[in-house]
Amino acid sequence: MHIVVCIKQVPDSAQIRIHPVTNTIMRQGVPAIINPFDLFSLEEALRLKDKVGARVTVLTMGPPMAETSLRKALSLGADDAVLLTDRKFAGSDTLATSYALTSAIQKLAEEDPVDIVFCGKQTVDGDTAQVGPGIATRLGFEQLTYITKIEDLDIASKEIVVQRRSEGGVQVLKTKLPCMITMLEGTNTIRFGKMDDLFRAARYELKTWSRDFTGAEEGRVGLKGSPTVVSKVFVPKPRAEKAKMIVADTDTPDAMAAAAIDAIFAAQPKLAGDLLARAAAGL
Amino acid sequence: MSEPSKPQGRKFQLPEHLKVYKNVWVIVEQERGIVHSVSLELLGEARKLADKLGVEVGAVVLGAESPDLNRICGDAISYGADIVYKVTDPALADYRTDPYCRVMTDVVNTHKPEIVLLGATTLGRDLAGAIATTLATGLTADCTELDIYADNRSLAATRPTFGGTLLCTIQTLAYRPQMATVRPRVMAMPERDDARTGRVIEIQPDLREEDIVTKVLNFIADREQNEAQLAFADIIVSAGKGLGKVENMKLVFDLARVLGAEVGVTRPLVQAGWATNDRQVGQTGKTVRPKLYIAAGISGAIQHRVGMEKSDLILAINTDPNATIFDFAHLGLVGDALKILPALTDAFGRRLSVNRMAG
Repeated sequence: MHIVVCIKQVPDSAQIRIHPVTNTIMRQGVPAIINPFDLFSLEEALRLKDKVGARVTVLTMGPPMAETSLRKALSLGADDAVLLTDRKFAGSDTLATSYALTSAIQKLAEEDPVDIVFCGKQTVDGDTAQVGPGIATRLGFEQLTYITKIEDLDIASKEIVVQRRSEGGVQVLKTKLPCMITMLEGTNTIRFGKMDDLFRAARYELKTWSRDFTGAEEGRVGLKGSPTVVSKVFVPKPRAEKAKMIVADTDTPDAMAAAAIDAIFAAQPKLAGDLLARAAAGL
Repeated sequence: MSEPSKPQGRKFQLPEHLKVYKNVWVIVEQERGIVHSVSLELLGEARKLADKLGVEVGAVVLGAESPDLNRICGDAISYGADIVYKVTDPALADYRTDPYCRVMTDVVNTHKPEIVLLGATTLGRDLAGAIATTLATGLTADCTELDIYADNRSLAATRPTFGGTLLCTIQTLAYRPQMATVRPRVMAMPERDDARTGRVIEIQPDLREEDIVTKVLNFIADREQNEAQLAFADIIVSAGKGLGKVENMKLVFDLARVLGAEVGVTRPLVQAGWATNDRQVGQTGKTVRPKLYIAAGISGAIQHRVGMEKSDLILAINTDPNATIFDFAHLGLVGDALKILPALTDAFGRRLSVNRMAG
């Protein structure tokens, strides 16, 4: 079994700040991490490796510094790592990104056929949730998104049974490999790496692949291969009016509460009626 | 026929052969006879876009033939559609990516809409990512605003980026259709109009169950909702870090009970384990638009703001008169939420139980 896990190195979004004067993103000093959603998929891949035996390859597309995230994944137990990096990929939107990653997965499959591709549910910086489905569609793999549990995997028959979160409940799906899986957050907890994996990760010689190497067409990656155009980036407009401050007769909580309720009912007379009707009905 | 175009250079002009793409579509999400409200919200939005363009609104309803499905087609017209593409096949009874993607790709290639909108739900995001790939076109996720640029009639899709700290407007200029997903409750629910008329185009794709690899073994419907129903609450009382400690969450629940409200929280409270993530309001949580949103001890970080700023009335309670939340709340109260929440609970309780003449 060969499992490929696609990961992305992202800035830790909790630490991004906007420069108050220039309104630009201040990236300096913001640490880079593996996209948190990817860790649920990586852990699930490693569990399958523990359970049924598999080779786990991690794949990322990004600048050379994305090496850090690949080594982190190796230290957690991944067997191989591929860094897809090329200036030609810069500016790729989700359609171009899924095309580039697919070209690398196909390259991997030439020497060892791929049974499962795992992707993160979405990234924390782009938030699109589009690259996983894009890869599945291009590869012609069965697409299993928002998976909460892998119930069963039968290597001999290549059948897999999963639980998938849908809006009104959980679908139990049975399908065949090859497939692309994105795991829902909170479905597992990423392990701690073992000491020998840590050493192996430090010494591991990364595979660094370019566009030429995977055979991705130049016109289908980067800005050229991206149908979407970012036409404007801006800071959310503050509302024209600030809050109307409620002033009570005295500073006691009771006086403030009474003034607040008066202000609410004055602004929303219908709400007062609704609440009274509801109270009168004894709800 | 519709081999994905392979761009050789950056293109900003719409090629001549794509100018025949017309009309604004919504892919209506139905599961077991129940329409997701986001689809109706999108029909309202599609109506506005179509009116600006001077074109029609199309609703695509997929499923197995049933009375429920016919009712949904009628609903789609009442909420703004001019044309309903009713796509029926037993294989479409439950959502599965492969048959839905194949059918939608064909229907789009045949009828050529210029804009296709979907809800940013587990179904909509799964399907949108797949068909944008087969159609080789642009897709913008989780938009908060949709508009038409008059000069080139293109869709301007605005979405938060970098966790909501910035907004960006994205366009698909040289490809069709232009695709976008929108999260539930971001757009207003349009008024239902049963006098509206429209036409239904029946489509029966030639699907064979044996060609579909994925099978649905079971569907476990969510049981009696233990999860908070934030998205549809009329009133939400929300708590932030200003509450100090987890024991004080009781004050929020007390007020919510008197008002028949739901309780919401900011992301830090979920991370601290004070509440489960089904109560989280904001960028990585739920988007809400209740009639009244009471924000207690919430500073007003942008990540929270994007999830609640479309509430009809926002009352903010904060000890800091300079807190950001007062920049976008409608009503502000400077004071200690720990003291004001119980006072509000008492006062609301009294008014609602005793004072019946106030209405």
